[in-house]
Amino acid sequence: MLVEDNPGDAKLALEALKVGRLRYEVHVVEDGEQAINFLRREGEYADAPRPDLILLDFNLPKKNGRQVLAEIKEDENLKYIPVMVFTVSKAEEDVLRAYDLRANCFITKPSEIEQLFKIVKSIEDFWLNIVKLPA
Amino acid sequence: MNHEAKIKLADILLVEDNPGDVRLAREALKESKLLNKLYEVDDGMKAMAFLRQEGGYADMPRPDLVLLDLNLPRKNGREVLAEIKTDETLKRIPVVILTVSRAEEDVLKSYNLHANCYISKPFDMEQFVKVVRSIEDFWFSIVRLPAGDTKDEG
Repeated sequence: MLVEDNPGDAKLALEALKVGRLRYEVHVVEDGEQAINFLRREGEYADAPRPDLILLDFNLPKKNGRQVLAEIKEDENLKYIPVMVFTVSKAEEDVLRAYDLRANCFITKPSEIEQLFKIVKSIEDFWLNIVKLPA
Repeated sequence: MNHEAKIKLADILLVEDNPGDVRLAREALKESKLLNKLYEVDDGMKAMAFLRQEGGYADMPRPDLVLLDLNLPRKNGREVLAEIKTDETLKRIPVVILTVSRAEEDVLKSYNLHANCYISKPFDMEQFVKVVRSIEDFWFSIVRLPAGDTKDEG
């Protein structure tokens, strides 16, 4: 699941994931409210699957990424889902805040396309090949 | 892009009671490109003493990453994980569970206790070394870690 309000970034991330031979489905939502509704299967998301992994932008409309992260990690039914904060921010304050809110990791989104592809590939390699995700 | 000029030594705490695995992890990290310092403790009580800088560990650094086995003497890995992740001063340190267990229950329990990620130790030695290197690559080259006490240059 990808939570990203910038259509360009979402498109690029999707392309990067496609390059790495998709063995999974990527669901994109573009604001924090949609993210929470998707995860709680509310409204139009009643049939949404529970994602194995969440890539979460920090700056989102309606409900920002910090709030989304806090809500996921305080929810007994959702907190096990690994959340990677994936944001343009490099601010130390955001990094600390994210870990304190129990983000599984914080990754700064590079502005360069080649770098972005490389990073998305690394995320994919590590989380889907090395890590054991909850079933 | 503007990379930090200073080279920081990555401090890794390995909590593992199996001497064979300790040796392999040590070798995997020694040959790595990244400058790192590996600290080793072999039970859960020592792990907490190290992290809280108690007793003989008063001068130890706050590690950047903890590699934690689940089956440990004296205090098991689940307890260590729970203590780290409920301690306001420690909870931000990323904890990677590295264990032989493949039990779904252990995986879920660990994520629920806020493990940053869970990795099953491969039985094969070469694979084990590869996994340790992947952990290091991902957490130190891709991820941005909390800086803790160190300040940015300025």
